[in-house]
Amino acid sequence: MANNEIILELKDVNKKFDDSYAVENFNLNVKKGEFVTFLGPSGCGKTTTLRMIAGFEIPTSGQILLNGQDIGQLPPYKRPLNTVFQRYALFPHLDVYDNIAFGLKLRKLPYKTKDKKGNVVTKYRKYTREEIDEKVVAALKIVDLEAFESRNVTTLSGGQQQRVAIARAIVNEPEILLLDEPLGALDLKMRKEMQLELKAMHKKLGITFIYVTHDQEEALTMSDTIVVMKDGQIQQIGSPMNIYNEPANAFVADFIGESNIYVGTMTGSKKVRFLTSTWDCVDDFPINEKVDVVVRPEDIKIVPVNKGNVNAKIISKIFKGIHYQFTAMVGNNEVLIQSTEDSPVDIEVGLSIAPDLIQIMEREFTSNVYEDGYINKNNKVVFAGATWDCDVTQLVEGSSLDEDGYFIAKGKKYDLNDLDVIVDVDMHDIEISDDLEAGNIVGEIIQMVWKGDHYQLIIRTEDEEDFVVDTEWTWNEFDKVSVKINPSKIKLKLKDDLSKYEI
Amino acid sequence: MVKHPKLAKILAQSYVWLILLLMYLPIIVLVIFSFTATDEVGVWGGFSLELYGRLFQNKDLMTAVGNTVLIAVVSAIISTILGTLGAVGVFYSGKKYNKTVETMTQLPVVNAEIVMALSLAVLFKTLNTSYTFFTLVVGHVVLTVAFVYLNVKPKLVQMDSSTYEAALDLGATPWYALFKIILPEIIPGILSGFLISITLSLDDFVITQYLKEPSFETISTYIQKIVTKHPIPAEVRALTTFIFLIVLATVIGITIYNNKKASSQAKSRRK
Repeated sequence: MANNEIILELKDVNKKFDDSYAVENFNLNVKKGEFVTFLGPSGCGKTTTLRMIAGFEIPTSGQILLNGQDIGQLPPYKRPLNTVFQRYALFPHLDVYDNIAFGLKLRKLPYKTKDKKGNVVTKYRKYTREEIDEKVVAALKIVDLEAFESRNVTTLSGGQQQRVAIARAIVNEPEILLLDEPLGALDLKMRKEMQLELKAMHKKLGITFIYVTHDQEEALTMSDTIVVMKDGQIQQIGSPMNIYNEPANAFVADFIGESNIYVGTMTGSKKVRFLTSTWDCVDDFPINEKVDVVVRPEDIKIVPVNKGNVNAKIISKIFKGIHYQFTAMVGNNEVLIQSTEDSPVDIEVGLSIAPDLIQIMEREFTSNVYEDGYINKNNKVVFAGATWDCDVTQLVEGSSLDEDGYFIAKGKKYDLNDLDVIVDVDMHDIEISDDLEAGNIVGEIIQMVWKGDHYQLIIRTEDEEDFVVDTEWTWNEFDKVSVKINPSKIKLKLKDDLSKYEI
Repeated sequence: MVKHPKLAKILAQSYVWLILLLMYLPIIVLVIFSFTATDEVGVWGGFSLELYGRLFQNKDLMTAVGNTVLIAVVSAIISTILGTLGAVGVFYSGKKYNKTVETMTQLPVVNAEIVMALSLAVLFKTLNTSYTFFTLVVGHVVLTVAFVYLNVKPKLVQMDSSTYEAALDLGATPWYALFKIILPEIIPGILSGFLISITLSLDDFVITQYLKEPSFETISTYIQKIVTKHPIPAEVRALTTFIFLIVLATVIGITIYNNKKASSQAKSRRK
């Protein structure tokens, strides 16, 4: 069905609400007939992007091209696209027939005719009653609701209402059908059924589908292409297989399916060290570079002890129907393993992983660097929206502070007030506490990824400053925490010319 | 109490009946005395329909009735249009704006009518406008428009907010969506706002007294004018009985309509 003709193009699309970006630098090409899914946690900007395509939001900047024409500024009623809404949004005072016919009755069809002078002119006509009848009946047949025409929509079940909503959209033969978490309100069994039906409908109709969901399984089941989003930014675009097997970063790996994520070091060409052992892999990175390593639980093989690449101790086992799920320990690192073969608990085993199943990724974060720090008049450093105690004497070797707080270096006296510095704080040097008074600034945990023996958290303050923190303690997403840093762990570098501050 | 559940129940019920009696007794007395022709209140002079005859012959009173209805209908129509559009506009604008307007509309509801009347009177004097039918309509609209807003707003909130977007998405212009999708959803709120406006306007004395043309009389200002020199004209008893019956008929009508609608909805749900 899919060919290479591009139907929709989003170019550098940005959407700003108040002061923060809901969608940032969004670039995407959608091919005609493709099933594209925007996938991400709540608040990642996927719905906002869909609403910009539908016309309910106007982009702050950037272009939305439909068949090469910019529709970014058009109101929704002038766009040849239709939407299926999350809560159906049926018109309660109209019956099923009138709901579906609503769009058809408004349509104006251009046709060519000759006027009195014989010139060809374009005129518009509306659909006739018979045409509307025919189309409504056909749409109801597609969604399996034959003979429902005169039913009151408020008396239908959730699944039936959703079918009416789909019929109401596809009856207009839109160029692109937009679906905003359309199955979110249905129960699990109904949702699975509808997933397959929607997929079949997509094949039959040949219309381009853009689908929004936070359910990774739904995205994997239905899509040709998945766009993984986080924080208003695209993390990865690819086919379901591609995204599952080759996640671009730790976030994608963690969000799609289950995964083991570790911090590793490249020890040689196509050799990576993690889980206390060195493994062959197929990705090449510079030697000694720290990397994120992802291994899917089903890709780890349990072999007899000493026969694998590393030995581990199985500490728990859960029967999951088609497979067993084991948790094993390698030193302090937890390893999640899925296998169809049973194995006893509390024994030593060997683990082996095929080289091409070890996915190596550049680390997203290696340290917290704040380029816009400065020293205030009390010789404290200001960055990330807070003031921190620090040791300013590290700026110049052999320097000190005098009694009045002036900076003495190489026999000269400086007033450091307003001196610009670059601040660097290591990820495991940041302490967090649930006592909101204990730290210098308060933020919310917006992301949490388990990395074998510790969690990596991202804490975001109200001013949208981020702290990336490594911690062994378990927290919850959306917890409010306060952030504290030991003054000796705050590394400062001069950004300005110090001589300007001499007195 | 627990020892005599029956007695408790009887006491509770008779209390309710006592309250209802106190509420309705004056009206019943009035209705009874509208069927006797004595000028003095409280004296029974035998059954007669004379007052009803006199009511329709009293030209001044009939003009006042006409004026009252006219001003009520005109101001209620204007209030309903303004209040409804206002509610829709506020509902679809930003949150900050929404809250401000919400608070501002509360004020006219609790504000003393005399304040509203006086401030309008002062305003018209400042603008050097003489009191006319127009100033009176303005006064009544100011009095009632907040009530329309407050009746329509909850209906908008109950509505699925994406139905409007769905209409736009299907090719409807904003105006078409307003009339075909939003209006049918909020029409119960608009109707009750309209009825409350009529009732408030019919009842009004203070604003009317301040803002009317001197020669223009509504029922309340007419009676007020008469009683400063004379006793209350006897035919007013017939008039109030009349008004009461109309209100009674309206309330019964609305109740029957609502019950019918509810049961037909329940039926279609059972299908």
